[in-house]
Amino acid sequence: MNYLDEFRNREVVTGLAGRIRQLTTGRSEPMTFMEVCGTHTMAICQYGIRSLLPPRLRLISGPGCPVCVTPNGYLDHAVACCRLPDVIIATFGDMMRVPGSSTSLMEERARGADIRVVYSPLDAVALAAKHPGKRVIFLGVGFETTAPAIAGSILAAAGEGLANFFVLGAHKTIPIPMAVLAADPELRIDGFICPAHVSAIIGAEAYRFLAEEYHIPCVVTGFEPVDIMQGVEMLARQVLAGESRVEIQYSRVVKWEGNKKAREVLARVFSPCDADWRGIGIIPGSGLEINAAYAAFDAAKAIPVEVEETREHEGCLCGEILKGKVSPADCPLFGTLCTPEAPVGACMVSSEGTCAAAHKYGR
Amino acid sequence: MDKDLILLGHGSGGKLSHQLLDDLIIPALSAIPVSGQNDAALVEHDGRRLAFTTDSYVVDPIFFPGGNIGDLAINGTINDLAMMGATPLCLSVGLIMEEGFSRKELASILASMRKAADLAGVRIVTGDTKVVPRGKVDRIYINTSGIGVFAHDLQINGCRAEEGDKVIISGTIGDHGIAILAAREGLDLETGIESDSAALNGLVLELLKEGDAIHVLRDPTRGGVATTLKEIAVQSRVTIQLQEAELPFKAAVKGVCAVLGLDPLHVANEGKLLAIVAAEAAERLLARMHNHPLGAEAAIIGTVTGVSGGRVQLETVVGGLRAVDMLAGEQLPRIC
Repeated sequence: MNYLDEFRNREVVTGLAGRIRQLTTGRSEPMTFMEVCGTHTMAICQYGIRSLLPPRLRLISGPGCPVCVTPNGYLDHAVACCRLPDVIIATFGDMMRVPGSSTSLMEERARGADIRVVYSPLDAVALAAKHPGKRVIFLGVGFETTAPAIAGSILAAAGEGLANFFVLGAHKTIPIPMAVLAADPELRIDGFICPAHVSAIIGAEAYRFLAEEYHIPCVVTGFEPVDIMQGVEMLARQVLAGESRVEIQYSRVVKWEGNKKAREVLARVFSPCDADWRGIGIIPGSGLEINAAYAAFDAAKAIPVEVEETREHEGCLCGEILKGKVSPADCPLFGTLCTPEAPVGACMVSSEGTCAAAHKYGR
Repeated sequence: MDKDLILLGHGSGGKLSHQLLDDLIIPALSAIPVSGQNDAALVEHDGRRLAFTTDSYVVDPIFFPGGNIGDLAINGTINDLAMMGATPLCLSVGLIMEEGFSRKELASILASMRKAADLAGVRIVTGDTKVVPRGKVDRIYINTSGIGVFAHDLQINGCRAEEGDKVIISGTIGDHGIAILAAREGLDLETGIESDSAALNGLVLELLKEGDAIHVLRDPTRGGVATTLKEIAVQSRVTIQLQEAELPFKAAVKGVCAVLGLDPLHVANEGKLLAIVAAEAAERLLARMHNHPLGAEAAIIGTVTGVSGGRVQLETVVGGLRAVDMLAGEQLPRIC
């Protein structure tokens, strides 16, 4: 089966759109489903999914973009590191344009800092091996999908005996913040479109507490248009039947128990810690920090540096956007003072940002 | 953002590039109105029309699957003249080389340039050569300028798209940019993707036989098909709607873009053209393209639907509707 084309089949999508419309005709109350994965944010916009759904069925974006939910202080820390002598910053591409309190990595590169875009954390390990006289700092930002790969890169660096490879981490986990949003009386989420690849690691079981304690239907959904439409239909059915269960739509990849091996690698290198989420604040136990055994690879501990005082930008509504309370078009800065070329907040410039998606696809 | 810094994005061909041109460069050097910003300049002298263009090439790596910086420089400038409907007459070549650059590599690049020019039937008539100390340029940069003449009175211009016109692409999208990316990053992709760098003046000659049905010709280089169509939509003040299902891609290019999170509509092409043509001539033009070796995979990909605002929209493969925008900053630097 060709997984790209089959799950982009127009007839199937049209059929699902028809079924969703039929299901929801009788209902006057709106339904609001939240996705918490930047790839879902982008896919929904890229395929024009909202234009296929009835107007009473709203899809909103939550804090699914790991770059966006990382407050300015992290970027400021990375900038401070890039200004140290003999440092190479290795990062995924979309961190380059994210604005910190006063500058961005892209501007620092234009000023002469050695900042390189890599596609995998192992590329950063290779850089460290290739440049023994430099300190290579990999910017580790991501959820449970990327964390095992970053854990793997620390283990690889340890295995090679490298003393010049570091990770500046801002890893976060997704289920606990979903509970915070579920409990928010202003939001009234009727269902969660649960992330696809995060769930491949943590398993669909990770959301059981949301369904059972918070009574919110959860469907683990893939990224293709057929997946998204089917996930929406499954959520709508649960809502109409008054149910709240966890279901797996993305059955070709996600299991109930997830990927045990990946979680073992994760646990060797990382432990849960408190984490600061832009717009939400500190959520206990929602982050991942590097274990003491690997402290030599933790840039925050191993490389002392002075970081400028963090300022958040006035008027920036990223925090409200990330909670799904405000949509991009409602932000007074959207498209005017805040654009992809001159972003005020991370949401406009990250490849998974809600505002970036709306700006690119939504107008 | 520090407004004093020139960023990589200012050279990418997308929004930042346009801002730099509009805010600083064009006002300083001349005053070309938006409707006049095409691939080449039209110069009138003594009642005769000439086309004049220039382009600089900083592609990295200088040798890549499907070509090198030399033939890219020749084909690119020939194409800019051809997109005006001009017959390319002659070219200049400016070389800036780094001390220590390989003479053998230079010879190979020059041979490719000669071959490309001969194939296109265009002469290289003048040039300049500079060498700077090691480290001051990256191996070699090339500038080519070109003059073209007109064998007809047709006005082919970015401001001429009309409601009802059809949009045709001459072949698969994104090949050049992905070939460069794969070569530069050493991506072991097993894809066999090669740059599509080619001189399009022969293909354009074929199309010009349909005369005034051709309203706009442009080659979607930096910034890709999306940026090029957005520029035309703004110049002509129209809305262009594309059909995603009709866009031709090599499977490998689509796959690489999906894996790396790149939008293929923003990826550079160096041997393809977009033609915006009168609806009644579209099928005939498509047939002419199919009969030419460089147009075998041509396809009608969209329609000019409305007279407003300078927008590009896409009907997605599943029937949804979304906007298509210009490349914002830099997707892949030093792509041409």
